[in-house]
Amino acid sequence: MTEFKMPSLGADMDAGTLVEWKVKSGDPVKRGDIIAAVETAKGVIEIECFENGILDEIFYQPGQEVPVGNVLATISSEAEFRQKASAQKAAEPVKVPEAVVVEPAKPAAQVVQEAMKAAIAQPAVSGDRIRISPLARRIAEDLGVDLTTVHGTGPGGAIQKSDIEGAAQAKPVLAPEPVRVPEPVSARPPEVPPQAPPVEKVAPLPVEASTEPVPEVKKPTDFQSAMRAAIAAAMSKSNREIPHYYMETNIDMTKALAWLEEENLKRPIRERLLPVVVLLKAVAKSLTEVPELNGFWIDGQHQVSEAINIGFAINLRQGGLITPAIHDTDMKTLDELRDAMNDLITRTRSNKLRSSELTDSTIVVTSLGDRGVEKVFGVIYPPQVALVGLGKITEQPWAENGTLSVRKVMTATLAGDHRATDGHKGGLFLEALNRNLQEVEKL
Amino acid sequence: MTLPSQNVIAEPQQLVKMTYREGMRQAIREAMLRDERCFLMGADVGRYGGCFAVSKGLFDEFGPEKIRDMPLSESAIAGIGIGASMNGMRPIVEIMTVNFSLLALDQILNTAGTLLHMSGGLFNVPVVIRMATGSGRQLGAQHAHSLEGWYAHIPGIKVLAPGTVEDMRGMLWPALEDPDPVLIFEQQVMYNMTEMVSATPVPVDIDHAKVRRPGKDVTLITYGSCLPKSMTAAETLAQEEIDTEVIDLRTLRPLDNDTIFASVAKTHRVLIVEEGWRSGSLAAEISARIMENLFYELDRPVDRLCASEVPMPYSKHMEEAAVPQPETIAAAVRKLVL
Amino acid sequence: MNESELKDIIIAELAKIALGSDPAALDLDDNLREGLDIDSFDALNFFIALSERLHIDISEKDMGKLNTMGEILHYLQAQKV
Repeated sequence: MTEFKMPSLGADMDAGTLVEWKVKSGDPVKRGDIIAAVETAKGVIEIECFENGILDEIFYQPGQEVPVGNVLATISSEAEFRQKASAQKAAEPVKVPEAVVVEPAKPAAQVVQEAMKAAIAQPAVSGDRIRISPLARRIAEDLGVDLTTVHGTGPGGAIQKSDIEGAAQAKPVLAPEPVRVPEPVSARPPEVPPQAPPVEKVAPLPVEASTEPVPEVKKPTDFQSAMRAAIAAAMSKSNREIPHYYMETNIDMTKALAWLEEENLKRPIRERLLPVVVLLKAVAKSLTEVPELNGFWIDGQHQVSEAINIGFAINLRQGGLITPAIHDTDMKTLDELRDAMNDLITRTRSNKLRSSELTDSTIVVTSLGDRGVEKVFGVIYPPQVALVGLGKITEQPWAENGTLSVRKVMTATLAGDHRATDGHKGGLFLEALNRNLQEVEKL
Repeated sequence: MTLPSQNVIAEPQQLVKMTYREGMRQAIREAMLRDERCFLMGADVGRYGGCFAVSKGLFDEFGPEKIRDMPLSESAIAGIGIGASMNGMRPIVEIMTVNFSLLALDQILNTAGTLLHMSGGLFNVPVVIRMATGSGRQLGAQHAHSLEGWYAHIPGIKVLAPGTVEDMRGMLWPALEDPDPVLIFEQQVMYNMTEMVSATPVPVDIDHAKVRRPGKDVTLITYGSCLPKSMTAAETLAQEEIDTEVIDLRTLRPLDNDTIFASVAKTHRVLIVEEGWRSGSLAAEISARIMENLFYELDRPVDRLCASEVPMPYSKHMEEAAVPQPETIAAAVRKLVL
Repeated sequence: MNESELKDIIIAELAKIALGSDPAALDLDDNLREGLDIDSFDALNFFIALSERLHIDISEKDMGKLNTMGEILHYLQAQKV
């Protein structure tokens, strides 16, 4: 028995459609007989047979499309045919061979693929360059993600989009760079009339004049998140860019507080001085002695400010922090300074700051006052170059001249920008502050 | 260029099964019936019915005036077609394969592509030149190369590459309506490919690439015979939860930047798949455009999967290894996303 | 002035100082500075307001000792306001 298969009638023939059987099952066929007609793309073609025998089993009917190589029918010898017929339908089912499935030469294809990969091997990347996709770099800039902290999962450890997004989720997203670059302060800056400060200011406080005696507490949401974002941006920039150095010294405040108490006893309640007024004045005076700490670091340049506008850190009840400037702190008397601070704090809390007060500070002082902790190490407010931290005044054992006593002690700290100044200057400043606080009557 | 006029486009009708080959045959028939200036010319297109049997039966239907057998000289065939088009006819020139078309390259590039320019706009060349391209039929280095990328280098001509039966059937008429030379590259491996298409011709936009499969993870840019392979690969990848967007270029010149860029801006990762040789390939051009315009959208370098840089092998397994296959396409995509 | 009147005045002044807080919710023994999160400036302003409203003098020394509602009430009563 032989198999009569769909022939390939051209290199591009996949299959043919059976048009007609010229013989039927049981008919004798001989080599050269036309036994079927098949339609291909090139037309109907008559198919001849290459065997002598009897057309036995037929597997396809006219109209069916038959893939090349599939068995159309079997041709048996006369003996085979008769034997099978007598054996009834015990005839073995002729197994139709499956169409030849050619493996897609996967291994070879892969070899080719790999050779291509090798041919365009990545150039060596120098050690200190960050491997990062352009998209990831762009997103990192938008989100303020520090690339040095991101672990890359792309090829060769390259940072890709997903890595940046992961890093951004892991830590708070920074707001865009604070655009709070004060003009080089020379003379007293012109006072800006009360108006809504531009958006890029530290905190977008509404400062419309209000005649209501008790200002309403502003709904904190937008305002607070904007402030949070501004603080986040400024502090992140500071930590990213400013090489801080820190120093601290303990200052005996006993004498200063005694003087203050005596002074206040003479004054009606409205004219009394709080310790912080004296402290700010002492800081301002010390800055006149060490002016390098009062100023900015802008574009790689240290700019010392002539005006001493101390930014006084005021925490807001709803959360957040504002450091409005007390213009020319060093030129004010203690009474003027008290009034200025009183005014500033009141207006800060009631959202009536002037924009100049938001932008003009040349150094920040953060004072923890009579509550809080003993030491504070600050984060410099860019582009300033120093921050003074004043802790809570506490009673402490104090050794002096070989004897131990209890004194009222305050720890003063300095955070300095090491690009602008060195520890020596910082030390001189804290020393001056100590000296000035021992002579508060001269302030 | 305008799309086929309304009176020819019937309402959407029932679908019929049609081969890629039949698609072009019907397109030629319909063009002949619509415009008496149309005729088909080429070697063996008449009595023999075409080397790839595309024009089978047309000679009997339209006669020797409309279905013109030409001497075996590609340069003469193309040159006559160009001359006829300049004199008011709308010839459809068949050149057997892109390999032989190099003999007509002088006519195509130096005449068809430049005449409008060199005549100061006086003479346009509304010729359509069809030819077969690509591997997959064990036709070896004589017949199986993919050189359409070279033609896409030439200003002054439009280059089409139908990757579906619908496009095969629908691209000819807008090509004939184009006032400038249009080349149509037919994939010889796809002539027997069948597809359900509208019983009446559907207008095909020959100015834009088409997103054949939307996806979000990676953009796969391809055309021609690599399109069905890419679609197969995309389905495989979908089972691995890799969502591949497949773009069918359809028109190789001018390239549709907008469709490509929109997709890349979405997925940020690109694989370009074609059967041309890698060096100086169309894929290289597309890659360069992406780098030039979308550098900051890329999360991985643009990758290309092209033919091996060898003359096309005859033996089946080597031929298959030399060009992109669904498995190698899928593997290349995995490398881009994993 | 009885205790509850005094208490109302204290609460009203504290509310002006400590915006957004609820001084009425404090117990007599709660530390006002901590409970209302007020600093030395707030405290001074509170005492200024109190002294001006009640026409009394609150000395520097006394101010430091007045930390709870109870202490302030007690102090004001002793001043016979």
